Amino acid sequence: MQRIIASTLREVSFYGAVAFFVVLTAFPFYWMLITSLKSNPDLYNVTNIPFWFNEAPTLEHFRYLFEDTLFARWLLNSLVIGVCVVAITLVTALPAGYSLARMTGRSGEALGIGVFLTYLVPPTLLFLPLSRIVASLGLQNSMWSLVLVYPTFTIPFCTWLLMGFFKSFPREIEEAAIVDGCSLFGAFIKMVIPLSLPAILTTVIFTFTLTLQEFVYALTFISSSAQKPVTLGVATDLVRGDIFFWGEIMAGALIASIPVAIAYNFFLDRFISGITGGAVK
Amino acid sequence: MATIAEPAARTASRFRFILDRREVLGSIFVAPAILYVLLLVGVPFLLAVYYSVSAYTIYDPSWRFVGLTNFRQILQNPVFLETLENTFLFTFASQLLGLILGKFGALLLLRPFPGRKIVRALIILPWAVPIALASVAWEWMFDSLYSVINWTMITLGIIDRSEAPNWLGNPHLAMLCVIVVNAWRFFPFAIVIFLAGITSVPQDIIDAATVDGAGFWRRNYQIILPMIFPIVAVGLIFGIVFTFTDLSIVFLLTNGGPINATSVLGFQGFQVGILSGDVSHGAAISLFMLPVLLLMVVGMLRFIRRREI
Amino acid sequence: MAAVLAQNIVKRFENVLAVNGITLAVPDGEFVVLLGPSGCGKTTFLRIICGLERQTSGNLIIAGDIVNDVPPRARGVAMMFQSYGLYPHYTVRNNIAFPLRTQRVGRAVIESKVDWASRLLGIEHLLDRRPRQLSGGERQRVALARALVREPTALLLDEPLSNLDAKLRASARQDIKQFQRRVGVTTIYVTHDQVEAMGMGDRIAVIDRGKIRQVGTPAEIYDEPADRFVATFVGTPPMNLLTHNGAHLGFRPENFLPKEMIRGGDFSEFSFRVDRSEYLGSERIVYGAIEGFDSSQPITAKLPAHGAEQTLRPGEWHPFAVRNKDLRYFDQDGKRTDRH
Repeated sequence: MQRIIASTLREVSFYGAVAFFVVLTAFPFYWMLITSLKSNPDLYNVTNIPFWFNEAPTLEHFRYLFEDTLFARWLLNSLVIGVCVVAITLVTALPAGYSLARMTGRSGEALGIGVFLTYLVPPTLLFLPLSRIVASLGLQNSMWSLVLVYPTFTIPFCTWLLMGFFKSFPREIEEAAIVDGCSLFGAFIKMVIPLSLPAILTTVIFTFTLTLQEFVYALTFISSSAQKPVTLGVATDLVRGDIFFWGEIMAGALIASIPVAIAYNFFLDRFISGITGGAVK
Repeated sequence: MATIAEPAARTASRFRFILDRREVLGSIFVAPAILYVLLLVGVPFLLAVYYSVSAYTIYDPSWRFVGLTNFRQILQNPVFLETLENTFLFTFASQLLGLILGKFGALLLLRPFPGRKIVRALIILPWAVPIALASVAWEWMFDSLYSVINWTMITLGIIDRSEAPNWLGNPHLAMLCVIVVNAWRFFPFAIVIFLAGITSVPQDIIDAATVDGAGFWRRNYQIILPMIFPIVAVGLIFGIVFTFTDLSIVFLLTNGGPINATSVLGFQGFQVGILSGDVSHGAAISLFMLPVLLLMVVGMLRFIRRREI
Repeated sequence: MAAVLAQNIVKRFENVLAVNGITLAVPDGEFVVLLGPSGCGKTTFLRIICGLERQTSGNLIIAGDIVNDVPPRARGVAMMFQSYGLYPHYTVRNNIAFPLRTQRVGRAVIESKVDWASRLLGIEHLLDRRPRQLSGGERQRVALARALVREPTALLLDEPLSNLDAKLRASARQDIKQFQRRVGVTTIYVTHDQVEAMGMGDRIAVIDRGKIRQVGTPAEIYDEPADRFVATFVGTPPMNLLTHNGAHLGFRPENFLPKEMIRGGDFSEFSFRVDRSEYLGSERIVYGAIEGFDSSQPITAKLPAHGAEQTLRPGEWHPFAVRNKDLRYFDQDGKRTDRH
């Protein structure tokens, strides 16, 4: 009897702890959702129960967001920035990661670690000179400045990620291709690339989410609303004077969060083994 | 052994197959990435160092060398000293809180239970979602009037409406808020790192320890923790670097206030260098991050090598 | 003319000397086995021949051309890898066709050659499968077909049987040898397995620590080993060696017989103490020591399975003998000498 009580108690406290964590992490997002669907009178009445609808839910905030703000434009900007940065990153990081993985001796690893360490150089150390460079290139206040600057952290990160992957790529396959008549470059194109598609897809997704998550450079370089990426636009542009449009802000934050959240959950394991340097498979 | 006659052999040109040499193609392959990083990380970094010892502002872009004057002025500014203190408090308090939550959460998720995948997906959210967007949600939750946190406490009878805290308006509470939000943002990352580490410990080592009579805590702290230490260290270094240099949470939640109570290095550098246009002082402020960053890089070099053993 | 001629090839990896001056000529159509313990440099040497590694010094001549700086694709050699290196994203047909495609051979020619190679190896029914759908033996055949399809100047095989289980290995050995005979392709075969070497090679090159110790027919390698290394590396159990005044006296276990089994001829007699004997079905291996000689390894005798077990009781001394023509002498440096 006592044992049953003890084990029940253990179960209850276990699931209680799990519930605590889930509430802690997920509540702000629930809060986004419920806020974005509430009518304004419901939102701004302190006597209402905030956790649920006291008046009928409405899509008004979403309508306003898409019709009366630049939200759709920001989404498009983020997409364009993301696609361009992904392209630049793939073109540079794929060959670099491969080359570093195949370099013999310590030099390849040392160079790889060197590239990776630049990922640790923070935006807040570089944004001043970069904003001058961006200005002198005539890119101030343009989203193309972000296309130029974002690869400074996506390239190191993805080079490292891909280097780890290529190290585990069976050498015999590319060597067989080389003996069978391919040039080194041919073996890279015909064997390494097609057989690395899962890793390349991971790289693409992560590069894209990194560009969505970035805030500091966007804040520093871009002040005109039409050029903002979605993260910056939602966080800074939906305030009229001193008034916050919480319904719209939460609706925008929700929409921009969903794709990143999904991408992370799919590619989490690969990501982790990437940053811990392949110590975890 | 038979002697081998020298045949009339033909030699191919040395340069005809230049791209088939691994070292040649390899250099061509890494060159774009290295160049990109050198031009847009290396050069700006040197530029930042130069700005900090010049009198450069966006209104007067002169390259006049002023030595360490900027640093001297900054160090005499009490606001800066407060900022420096805030930065360390912000970093270490939030990392500590994040690590504790992370270790605890990892222990929970280690055990299989129905719905674990969904729970894991939900727990990852704070780290996955762009921090700027999550910060805005927190700002709304900390709202001076419509705070859901206050509403809950009032309804539960913990506090009275008249004494409801103004979370972001009180200097101490504002600091607590940015620390909590940052810890909230990082602890899922810590969970994942712990989990990855623990599952990488070979089961037979754990079994051997169990057979040798090690209990739960001994297994945890004398076997598993030392083994996963390099991985955890790498994760912690990431956390420290990104927290120590961050400005988005502070910028969005408190804007450094009230009265500089939550101002951190990244935020100050932004205010002085970008908003006020005093590039040289802004650069000097940012450069104060460097010692900590270098320390972290040294740590990273140690642990990232050790993982290979 | 030699199909492959290596002149004093040296390969240095950072501070390891992997290949230390190998000179070897492989005539057209010959099957040469490079035999040596793991880490002896034989695989590195093979990779230098096909061009995957560049030698530090020395000349490599294939079909009359110096190919030191020529990449693998222009050397006209084919290689079969230890785990076969099949292209997982191609079908068997495309795997076999790949070496022809890279040479920009016409479509019709490709088809007929793929046809020829797959029929030669009996894998016509597998052409539309992917490598992961094949068994180990089938993969090996596909790899061989892919190597043979463009009729290379030389076929290089790197431990091709090591991924097969023991039973398959015997038949695969047979197959490879047969195809090689039929096609007549010059073959260089790397292995650490002396049974493969003895059974397949026209000639064997025994390699140790980056150097060739001896090149010869299997019979020469076995009966007339050039030095102590070859003598003890080839043969199971290895040649017995007795140390005497710094020099060595060697004889094969099967030539070390109870004195009563030797009939006629000159022989040398030893007093042999039996320690242990192993019955292996077809033969019996007797381990022991010889009076008056120190030896780090136990002395072995290989006897018929039946007949001697009654007399050879453990712990007892017996007169054993070796015919003098079966005795081999090695000097202090381990080199073979004619007489003691």
